[in-house]
Amino acid sequence: MATKHRRKSSDKGKSVLTPHFLVHSPKDNVGVIVVENLSAGTEMLGVVTETDKTITLEAKESIPIGHKVALKPLKKGDTVIKYGEDIGKMIADVATGKHVHIQNLKTKRW
Amino acid sequence: MKDTIPMPAKLQPTRSKTKSNLSFRGWRRENGRVGVRNHVIVLPLDDLSNAACEAVANNVKGTLALPHAYGRLQFGADLDLHFRTLIGTGCNPNVAAVVVIGIEDGWTKRVVDGIAKSGKPVVGFGIEGHGDIATIAMASHKAKDFVQWASELEREECDIAELWVSTKCGESDTTTGLASCPTVGNMYDKLVPKGIYGCFGETSEITGAEHIARKRAINSKIGDKWMKTFQAYQAEVIEAHKVDDLSESQPTKGNIAGGLSTIEEKALGNLEKIGRKCRYIDVLEPAQTPGAGPGLYYMDTSSAAAECVTLMAAGGYVVHTFPTGQGNIIGNPIVPVVKISGNPKTVRTMAEHIDLDVSGILRRELTLETAGDALIDMVMRTANGRLTAAEALGHREFVMTKLYRSA
Repeated sequence: MATKHRRKSSDKGKSVLTPHFLVHSPKDNVGVIVVENLSAGTEMLGVVTETDKTITLEAKESIPIGHKVALKPLKKGDTVIKYGEDIGKMIADVATGKHVHIQNLKTKRW
Repeated sequence: MKDTIPMPAKLQPTRSKTKSNLSFRGWRRENGRVGVRNHVIVLPLDDLSNAACEAVANNVKGTLALPHAYGRLQFGADLDLHFRTLIGTGCNPNVAAVVVIGIEDGWTKRVVDGIAKSGKPVVGFGIEGHGDIATIAMASHKAKDFVQWASELEREECDIAELWVSTKCGESDTTTGLASCPTVGNMYDKLVPKGIYGCFGETSEITGAEHIARKRAINSKIGDKWMKTFQAYQAEVIEAHKVDDLSESQPTKGNIAGGLSTIEEKALGNLEKIGRKCRYIDVLEPAQTPGAGPGLYYMDTSSAAAECVTLMAAGGYVVHTFPTGQGNIIGNPIVPVVKISGNPKTVRTMAEHIDLDVSGILRRELTLETAGDALIDMVMRTANGRLTAAEALGHREFVMTKLYRSA
């Protein structure tokens, strides 16, 4: 189920596609959903903000705006990388395109 | 945000054309500092004096009471912080004059004497031996004199270098790390080189990013000073009191609803507020006034919004920039709190609380550069008198930080 990407113009006058998710750093293994009402099966467009590189990825479940999506398969014990930094460890396996949150990701502190 | 009622076109501002647009019209106080508001405050020393202060503020229009919960039987560092916060609040350049009311004369005088060092008009009243009614009458006469005097003080053109701008984020989510926090960071990257005083804090919320925070100090000495502050917080607050892994307090329920999963993730987003280039030049105690000249400072504060903003206001900051994701609605009685949000849902459902919408960053329609400029513009408009959403809605959260139980 492909979704048509909306084309908009940026404040620099360039024509840009509205992404479904953003990734801070090319090192990251998760992205952040930036659209509301994303449904499973959506063919998503992602942008790495540090490099402007685009990625496409299918959403394997509905993920709320602001929540994270796995960019690759993550195994229990893996370190989750966002901003190019360690944000915690997986406590369950997750497949690419699935929701990464407190059900499978936990702090290494405290 | 759309206006539903058409507003008349704005009259041309009286700003001088020869100056850069980075000047504002503020009130220069007796000690040389510049304020962007002109409040006459009625400040209680302690919880017992709130009623009298509120009665005075009710009697004399244009004055503002700052009720709070503490001030009795405190001792040691906790009492020092109590005095520093009250005196700093009174000394803040957004305040023109102060009436202090306390249950007794001794501690009341200590606050009055502290504020008097700024040179501004201040007077104190102790309730014991008079009762509320006589105290309210005496204090109301003084408050009326002060407010009429303050109403004739004129604003003057001031360079942006005279502006002290603090920051703290709240009800954060992943959009704050992507949009609203880096917008504040972009502002600091542009304004700190112009000579402003900046301030960030939230010691608990650096957990997971302390290696980065330490490196953002101007030199290793200040970085080590920061690390000591952070470690003391971990030992004295977290390790001493924790009952679990804090996963339900940090991140908060609101943070989790917004997609933040761990304290590390929250901390990395939080630090986006200090931009790419700024270095902090000193580490301040809570409510301490910066003393190392213009630049960015770190203040050791709680991450609870009202406590943190109250401490930064007591340190002398006159405008606060507040990124929010899920929609924290905080304000402060004396400092305008500018809300910035990049969460399109929050901007839509809580529009009345948001001063600057940067959700275009998520849609890639708005660059960080442009968002930073828009925030600078909003900060300058606020300095020139535009009421923030929190001011218009009457948010006046004044919350003292308490370090431990009273004697």
